[in-house]
Amino acid sequence: MATAGATRETITLKGSTAIVTEFFGYAVDSILYQRGIYPEENFTRVKKYGLSMLVCTDERVRDYLKQVLSQISEWLLTGKLQKLVLVVASVATKEVLERWAFNIETDKESVQTGTTREKSDKEIMSEIQAIVRQITASITFLPLLDETCTFDLLAYTAADSAVPSTWEESDARLINKSAEVKLRSFSTKVHQVDAMVAYKNDDEGD
Amino acid sequence: MACKTPVKTPLGQACRERRAANCQEYQSPRPVALFRSAKKSTPCKTPSRIRSPGKGDRFIPSRRAMDLDVAHFTLMQESAKENAGSHASDCLSPTKEEYKRQLAGSLLRTDESEQCRILAFKHKAPAPPEGHVNPMRVLYSQNMDPAVRPAKKAFRHIPSAPERILDAPELVDDYYLNLLDWSARNTLAIALGSTVYLWNAASGTIQELMEAGNEGGEDYVTSVAWAGDGKHLAVGLGSSEVQLWDCEANKQIRSLRGHSARVGALSWSGPTLSSGGRDSLILNHDVRLREHITARMTGAHEQEICGLKWSPSGAQLASGGNDNLLHVWDAAQSAAPLHRIDQHQAAVKALAWCPFQANLLASGGGTADRCIKFWNTNTGACVNSIDTHSQVCALQWSPTERELLSSHGFSQNQLCLWKYPSMAKVAELTGHTARVLHLALSPDGTTVASAAADETLRFWKVFGGNDAASVPAGTRGKAAAKAQDSRSGLRSINIR
Repeated sequence: MATAGATRETITLKGSTAIVTEFFGYAVDSILYQRGIYPEENFTRVKKYGLSMLVCTDERVRDYLKQVLSQISEWLLTGKLQKLVLVVASVATKEVLERWAFNIETDKESVQTGTTREKSDKEIMSEIQAIVRQITASITFLPLLDETCTFDLLAYTAADSAVPSTWEESDARLINKSAEVKLRSFSTKVHQVDAMVAYKNDDEGD
Repeated sequence: MACKTPVKTPLGQACRERRAANCQEYQSPRPVALFRSAKKSTPCKTPSRIRSPGKGDRFIPSRRAMDLDVAHFTLMQESAKENAGSHASDCLSPTKEEYKRQLAGSLLRTDESEQCRILAFKHKAPAPPEGHVNPMRVLYSQNMDPAVRPAKKAFRHIPSAPERILDAPELVDDYYLNLLDWSARNTLAIALGSTVYLWNAASGTIQELMEAGNEGGEDYVTSVAWAGDGKHLAVGLGSSEVQLWDCEANKQIRSLRGHSARVGALSWSGPTLSSGGRDSLILNHDVRLREHITARMTGAHEQEICGLKWSPSGAQLASGGNDNLLHVWDAAQSAAPLHRIDQHQAAVKALAWCPFQANLLASGGGTADRCIKFWNTNTGACVNSIDTHSQVCALQWSPTERELLSSHGFSQNQLCLWKYPSMAKVAELTGHTARVLHLALSPDGTTVASAAADETLRFWKVFGGNDAASVPAGTRGKAAAKAQDSRSGLRSINIR
């Protein structure tokens, strides 16, 4: 017991990668639910981070996320991932309506020399909890997605990283006339994740 | 690996150390460096620096627009480079270095200060199902401005007596037929025995459209259904034929064959007409095509099909049969039903798709079942079920309120108006003396016509808003006709 408690305080690169990857999975799922991308009945409740999270049960979505996240975790392990962006675009017009960006800063020393950091599980969890709560609360300021939308995940990787065969280069898919809201961030001391959401805001430009 | 790391580490360390040294070295002159840059941009000399950070100085009144972090970073980089240059005595000329720096600065002055590659997974995430409406819509309409939001009707009077009664002699008393439909052009079609009559609701005129089996043989009409244009009527016959009529020209356009027994259920979705017969077969006909049968749905039902309804979006088709089964079909897939529902204990004739909530289907069972059940057709889950204590013959949703009207058989022969989703009974309309087999909604959404085995057709104004403003422009004529009717009081007309 004592050793288990002690090891929990140490964060390795591998462990941090697992935490961050898992967080991305749940964050994407809860954005999909909160923004109504897929029908409500495709979601099921699970307990996570001390919250009740909604997870998409659609097999094709699950399969997509599984494949993307496994690659993401590989990039996180090598410190190549700089940013993960969830793009919400209209099916009909292909116009980008929302952009959820997660900036990732990797501790260089951990990747290069494998040094470990100290941070308690509880602390990380409460930070993640805060971001998830913010995602849930985001519907209060984000405009209604009135048309059917799909989502896409963009990974910003280091320029020197190889492109896997199942991935392709994409443009940034930025929104013109957007408003941005910075969300909270969390850190495992190995990875620091800053969340931000940008949404289409036509009124401001006029 | 082994030979690489020892080479790399000292170099990296040295680099880091040097940078650390630079940092320390430039910690103190930093304000000077900043100050110098300000001096460079302004020709005159600033006599003394204002210390308060909020106010700025008189040359740069607002520093809010400046990214001081980036400025600091570039300054530090420059000095670091200078330092490095003096050490390594670069072969680059100062102008070239300046050019390089500027180029890099202008290229990398995006929000990503480092170069990166943007990648996306090739196999994209699936699109949401067809006709999916954002469920979050409710949240946005809930707190709408009261001026925009339609005024809430606290109380609505539901007349308990029919507005009008028409005789419908020889109406076949058969639970498995669908003999009544009301068109978008405000014409009611009703099949009485072997004849189809059209009753113009605006003018009250009656017209005989066709008579089945006029080639000597005995035949009768088993189903009628108006196409969306309100001009064409599909008529299913006991002889397994489906006829298509142009009701403006009073002419039969074509005859659709494919069934081997009587066709008791018809439903339109755009140019597609679905027909269900006693041969337990459902056919989709594209009425524009020469080879009109586009899909055969066989093997799902075992007995006569008596209920058939397309969803408003045209994405799903619900079919109910005498085998107590309810099937939901995907429009794009006719090989097997999307959902097979066997929870009813009797024939499923009454089917109604909810107009305000996509994927919600109400179905009612026959004498042995007596239940109205609500289904989420995306998942096939039963949302709600209530026992009505009477055979459910027909169901009709209100287009404006969240209400459902059901018609029943023994013992009350009543129509029930239910609130959804609470399923509280709002009203019970009695008057019919035999089971109420068919319901049809007027195009203005206020009146429901009910045809019963007592050979009467009654019109109930159950969903009606009292305000004339809510009546769409196209149905003003009817409203006027109705006003005239109400002046002359309740009338009873014989259809023939």
